[in-house]
Amino acid sequence: MSNVLALIETTADGRIRNTAASVLAAAAKLGTPIAVVATAPGAGAGLAAELGSLGARQVCIVENGQAGSLLATPQVDALAAAAERFVPSAILAVNSVESREAAARSAVRLRAGLLTDAVSVRSDGGKIVATHSVFGGAYTVESAVEGSPAVITVRQGAVEGQATPTDAAVTILSAVSAAAASAAINRIDDAPAASSRPELRTAAKVVSGGRGLGSQENFVLVEQLADALGAAVGASRAAVDSGYVPQSHQVGQTGTTVSPDLYIALGISGAIQHRAGMQTAKTIVAINKDTDAPIFDVADFGVVGDVFAVVPQLIKALEARAG
Amino acid sequence: MKIVVLVKQVPDTYEDRKLDTAAGLVDRGACEPVLDEINERALEVALRYRDGNKGTEVVLLSMGPEGTASALRKGLSMGADVAVHVLDSALSGADLGRTAAVLAAALRATGFDLVIAGNASTDGGGGVVPAMVAEHLGLPHLTFLDAVEISAGTVAGVRATEHGSLGVHALLPAVISVTERSAEARFPNFKGILKAKKKPLQVLSLAEIGLDPAFAGAGRSAVVTAAERPARTGGTRITDEGTAGEQLADFLASARLI
Ligand SMILES: Cc1cc2nc3c(=O)[nH]c(=O)nc-3n(C[C@H](O)[C@H](O)[C@H](O)COP(=O)(O)OP(=O)(O)OC[C@H]3O[C@@H](n4cnc5c(N)ncnc54)[C@H](O)[C@@H]3O)c2cc1C
Ligand SMILES: Nc1ncnc2c1ncn2[C@@H]1O[C@H](COP(=O)(O)O)[C@@H](O)[C@H]1O
Repeated sequence: MSNVLALIETTADGRIRNTAASVLAAAAKLGTPIAVVATAPGAGAGLAAELGSLGARQVCIVENGQAGSLLATPQVDALAAAAERFVPSAILAVNSVESREAAARSAVRLRAGLLTDAVSVRSDGGKIVATHSVFGGAYTVESAVEGSPAVITVRQGAVEGQATPTDAAVTILSAVSAAAASAAINRIDDAPAASSRPELRTAAKVVSGGRGLGSQENFVLVEQLADALGAAVGASRAAVDSGYVPQSHQVGQTGTTVSPDLYIALGISGAIQHRAGMQTAKTIVAINKDTDAPIFDVADFGVVGDVFAVVPQLIKALEARAG
Repeated sequence: MKIVVLVKQVPDTYEDRKLDTAAGLVDRGACEPVLDEINERALEVALRYRDGNKGTEVVLLSMGPEGTASALRKGLSMGADVAVHVLDSALSGADLGRTAAVLAAALRATGFDLVIAGNASTDGGGGVVPAMVAEHLGLPHLTFLDAVEISAGTVAGVRATEHGSLGVHALLPAVISVTERSAEARFPNFKGILKAKKKPLQVLSLAEIGLDPAFAGAGRSAVVTAAERPARTGGTRITDEGTAGEQLADFLASARLI
């Protein structure tokens, strides 16, 4: 089986991020998964056991004095060093801003073909094929790379399951990044999630609010329903622009793409750019006082009504059932 | 200072965008082509710096098919000084790798102190071209910036991350990209539209920027299959007459969602 590199994300203090399991699971579908981590010298030793338990057959620690202080290039240099050592058929990374740019820069350096935002990957008679969901899920596209390796970024939360745990062998390499080709990081605010709510991108249920909520104070109604359902909180761009919630809650074409079991849209008109981020949800519920709101065209259950009347009653009914 | 803004013409997101499923390419005939909104914001960041700093030149650069000129005229009418259009029949269906290689070669040809791009285009949406261009040029990339500070020799900014935020800075030359938080774009005024007609719009072929149209030795990506998903349809719709909240709870219970 051919080698497949998986770029592992770490926190500012060197711990493995929770995206590792899914990128290793994707790598295992294509070959022998090799975890690649850029760390400060001496800081990687404790990571091997954890990465092995997530399915890495090999852990390649690339020590770099600038890891954590330069943007992306330590990861690019780590992938380049690991690619030289392991001659992989594919290089996988999470489609987060950080990792996809590191993957993209490596693709340029290795003169390799790049596929972004795959929702699944498979090997088809030795040829690596990635599946993408494009234009807000309106199309399913499969693509492949000519030449080797294939560099692929994988959408967060898309590849489920976990690769078989192993006792990973460890390889330590070292790299130096060219400071002139890198931006310096002067401040990291790596705040642990302040909220006890599920993460928007991967939540099974999402309740989103739009401009119809009218104010930041009123937006609390969205949060109350989310908490009654154990859901994540989302928003339209208009709600973000109006300052009701931070941008990290935005769902849509230029926000987060979600695909939950249940999506509830409150006071959202359902503009095409909003639908592009949520229309692959299994069940869609909408509450809007305008009968003609386009959100109803994609809603499995639509309520023409005022959110300030319907939602409090719904919350009460949910509480009564929860007993 | 010479600022080059990377701009792309895309199908208008206010319409149903189409893929040509046989070719696996964006069907550019299906929707009105427009200057990508995020690139108007990138241009705005450049224009604001020029507003406060005499002697700044703002150049638009785009790689795209014939009609791209109209997006470039829009940028010129907003206030950019000149536009460069890389147009070559060998570029139809260019993937991310080729796009980045072409933009980098064109940037070498035009010269620049700072390159400003959008964080992600609304059609390709890879969100990777600026970083790839930076790798070709051996330069820093500072991307996905919500806030940007440009000075004579440096650029700094703040990026929202999946986990918090990041402050980054670099010496010029550098490549940056901005998000939709960065700057609300100005509207072209009548004078701007008239002036745009007279501003230079240079068209360059691959040979003119010194690239081999075969891109020998470079891997590339290609679409294997493309299929349209069946469109979603609306289901039950009720009008609230005082019990909609309870009816909705019943629906959620029957669908086993609570
Ligand atoms: C390039 C580009 C990218 C974009 N990206 C995104 C994106 O990622 N995400 C996104 O959401 N948008 C995006 N947009 C913006 C999009 O076009 C819409 O402007 C936006 O989605 C509208 O948000 P909204 O539905 O909250 O507001 P509106 O369209 O103003 O709708 C508010 C709705 O609330 C209803 N309402 C008002 N009061 C009540 C009440 N008391 N009870 C019930 N209903 C009520 C109204 O009937 C109305 O339908 C993008 C636009 C562009 C051009
Ligand atoms: N063909 C192109 N011509 C000019 N700029 C481009 C082109 N493709 C991408 N860009 C720039 O790169 C940004 C991000 O694009 P992408 O990586 O495709 O999401 C865009 O907002 C543009 O600024």
